Amino acid sequence: MKYIFTIIITLLSIQAYSQPNAQDIIEKVDRNLSSKNRVFESKMIIHGKRGIREISSKSYSEGDKKSFTEYISPAREQGTKMLKLENQLWIYSPSTDRIIQISGHMLRQSVMGSDLSYEDMMDDRRLSDIYNSKVTGSEVVDMRNVWILELTANVDDVAYAKRKIWIDSERYVPLKEELYARGGQLLKRSTMSDIAYIGGRWFPKRVIYKDMLKQGDGTEFIITTIRFDIVIPEHLFSKASLKK
Amino acid sequence: MKLAIKLAFKNLIGAGLRTWLNIIVLSFSFVIIIAAKGILVGWDRQAKNDMASWEIGGGQYWNEKYDPYDPFSLEEAHSQIPSEFSTGIGNGSMVPMLISQGTIYPEGRMLSILIKGIDPKQKLLELPTHYLDTAISAIPAIIGTNMAKSSGLKKGDYVTLRWRDSKGTFDAADIFVAGIFVTNVPTVDVGQIWIPLERLQNMLSMPREATVITFKDINAERKETSDWELMTFDTLVREIEEMIKTKSTAQSIFYIILLILALLAVFDTQVLSIFRRQKEIGTYVALGYTKAEVVWLFTIEGAMYAILAAVAGSIYGIPLLMWFASNGISLGASSADYGFAIAETMYPVYSISLITGTTLAVLAATTVVSYWPSRKISKMSPTEALRGKIQ
Repeated sequence: MKYIFTIIITLLSIQAYSQPNAQDIIEKVDRNLSSKNRVFESKMIIHGKRGIREISSKSYSEGDKKSFTEYISPAREQGTKMLKLENQLWIYSPSTDRIIQISGHMLRQSVMGSDLSYEDMMDDRRLSDIYNSKVTGSEVVDMRNVWILELTANVDDVAYAKRKIWIDSERYVPLKEELYARGGQLLKRSTMSDIAYIGGRWFPKRVIYKDMLKQGDGTEFIITTIRFDIVIPEHLFSKASLKK
Repeated sequence: MKLAIKLAFKNLIGAGLRTWLNIIVLSFSFVIIIAAKGILVGWDRQAKNDMASWEIGGGQYWNEKYDPYDPFSLEEAHSQIPSEFSTGIGNGSMVPMLISQGTIYPEGRMLSILIKGIDPKQKLLELPTHYLDTAISAIPAIIGTNMAKSSGLKKGDYVTLRWRDSKGTFDAADIFVAGIFVTNVPTVDVGQIWIPLERLQNMLSMPREATVITFKDINAERKETSDWELMTFDTLVREIEEMIKTKSTAQSIFYIILLILALLAVFDTQVLSIFRRQKEIGTYVALGYTKAEVVWLFTIEGAMYAILAAVAGSIYGIPLLMWFASNGISLGASSADYGFAIAETMYPVYSISLITGTTLAVLAATTVVSYWPSRKISKMSPTEALRGKIQ
């Protein structure tokens, strides 16, 4: 009896030791994903009901408050620029030669017909600030050991009341994420792959976003090149740069 | 005067086929103008009746931030139902509605819609809200036929609805299509679903709130109240009135062309008559007629075309227009195609003022057209006319 009790205590201790604190995991993920600044080129492949569209862009971002994106192709989108400063977003369209501020409900519209909304791109609050998190288990995803984290909103003004994130237990990179409605219905799922070691951090180069209520194979977001912590001229993050 | 009318009539009948051709052409103008105007009057009446029965009742109170043409304003357009309306809501003479935006996913397609909450027990509007008074786990909903067509939904179908609550948090649940209604009012049908008010208030975390409050009595004196703007029946139907007015103006161009063609024939006949009947004119003067009396005679002769055309038009026009009024005219398109209240079958309305007004207008125009060439008579030399010399 004494032995059995000792074994149980030992097993529980190992479990407690091997399952780290959810907050620590999220912080480690943040360290991988966020950077002082970054410049990347990407492709967005939208798998719609009527076919596939591919949109290429080049983005510059500083922290999580400032970003500037210029669309390179297709010809129809070429020259379209997007500027995000704090919680404001402007879009410049070369065909109309106008700068439009995207605000209010317009933020809820889809970005160029993709499964992503402007708001999804805008929400820059740290997950640890708006969600309570706990580790609910472990699993193997893409032959990698992952922690499963469940995040429940602790503020009212949040788009998704619940999130579930599968985080690589060695590299601290999310491999899968599910976003849930208040009533518990799965709304969106994103899967990350092509994890690469770039500039001293693990980073997913391919993300597939899928609106789970909609038909279609979702939107693929592929980073073709990425550079971290390089100097970006400050004038780029201004409205004047949109028309240049 | 009597003699002039008698003479004019005899002259007209004596002219034979030419007279009848003029009369037939003019009678077509009569009948077509009355028929077309009757459609617009019928449409105006039907549109207002349908709007009152299905949507606006005797008028509405709108939340001050509500703008039906700006879906982005809906997020803010809601507030607590004023306590002074409690009695009206209790006795069924007022119906509150809450409006929000949402998305449905019929067969995986994404469709942005308006979610409208209404009391299932209301009797003020013709919406069959009794279908909403059902106890099922899904949200019971009613939709119009246009909405059913565009979404591919049928009675008894389930579909996922996604919405955001007052704080912006997503939520989703299944709705059950409990009933499909047929209406001529697209503003209660196209791109929207109706669900129980209380359920929507809970879904959006907006207890006891509404966007629009419809009232029954059109004549009761009402005042604006804080957060709520009074929209009288006249204000709410003004748009359709203006649209019909625009249509009427556009149609007038068509009437004018039609009338000009008919009047051109009358004018032409008059010019020809005066030219060919110079001896007759000279004889009248020789018999003691003054020039003004001869002008009057010819003018009456011309104006008589309009009277005879009215008689001829009534022979085939009355049965034809009565048939249209009772059987209606099928436009072959639904109200959704137009975006405003319009029935698939339009029943024209021919008022006394419409018929009298049109008759007098055509009579006046014909008289003027007849008088115009007759003025030449006053410049004629009677002796030359009597000798039949061309002047």
